[in-house]
Amino acid sequence: MGYIGETIDSIKSIQIRQLLTQAISLGMIVTSALIIWKALMCVTGSESPVVVVLSGSMEPGFKRGDILFLHMSKDPIRAGEIVVFNVDGRDIPIVHRVIKVHERENTGEVDVLTKGDNNYGDDRLLYAEGQQWLHRHHIMGRAVGFLPYVGWVTIIMTEKPIIKYILIGALGLLVITSKD
Amino acid sequence: MHSFGYRANAILTFSVTALAFICAIASLSDNFSNQNPSAEIQILNINRFKKQSYENDEVSLTLDITADLESLFTWNTKQVFAFVAAEYETPKNSLNQVSLWDAIIPDKEHAKFRIQTSNKYRFIDQGHNLRGKEFNLTLHWHVMPKTGKMFADKIVMPGYSLPDAYK
Repeated sequence: MGYIGETIDSIKSIQIRQLLTQAISLGMIVTSALIIWKALMCVTGSESPVVVVLSGSMEPGFKRGDILFLHMSKDPIRAGEIVVFNVDGRDIPIVHRVIKVHERENTGEVDVLTKGDNNYGDDRLLYAEGQQWLHRHHIMGRAVGFLPYVGWVTIIMTEKPIIKYILIGALGLLVITSKD
Repeated sequence: MHSFGYRANAILTFSVTALAFICAIASLSDNFSNQNPSAEIQILNINRFKKQSYENDEVSLTLDITADLESLFTWNTKQVFAFVAAEYETPKNSLNQVSLWDAIIPDKEHAKFRIQTSNKYRFIDQGHNLRGKEFNLTLHWHVMPKTGKMFADKIVMPGYSLPDAYK
């Protein structure tokens, strides 16, 4: 009874002033997370600076649940780089390695072909129907850094939403009942 | 002040910070390794050389690749991805890079190798510019770390050329 009783008491004893302080500190946490994310977007030039690997197509280099840091610069795309790209008609971006590059003389436009290290064939089967090459606008960024396992947090949360709600609920309760 | 929640939070925060710090140090330590990889590639044979029905040249060739990439491995290296690409210029394209062969090198013991192989990926030009074409063969490598920054480099070997006639 002790802990639950205390918790209920502390919720009851909340004053307006205290409530406001907590609302503000919660807001600060949320906004600072947003600031960090947006700052990363500016620094890396990529619309999603961090991606989670979802498939095993780049094993044993990248496994499911690893995270990659992306960078998008004006530098031309070259063979061997690991790029993240979007294909028309697919929601989820793909992380694969560039195996062929043809760059135009005048315009600097590129034709790029990719392949997963662990896949047998190249990616033409994954592209939109009739698409032979990727172009600059398909590519969201190139992978520059790597951190293992961390992405499992987001994979678990998207696949088992109940865990996400429990976690958010617990955190919310913690914020409300904490008395500094 | 000294509730269970606070202590759990403190332990978690400290361990995550320490882990992040160790990962950063491990990644930084890669910069202090001495790298002197070497490579040599010979073209043993042109197996096929023709123009496809839709006007693109295609070559099939056999390569002899000798390389020593042992010095790329450090304690933070998970694997090295090595590949050989043909690189050349055409009137239409200022750069063509066509990957011919690649391999994942899992550890230092396999980093010194010699292999004779025909091209794993099709060597197809965008157009029909390959007769008598001079090109470079480049050995690229991409070091994938256990954690942290990935890095890549290459050895360019110039002076290869294709025959003047289809075969």
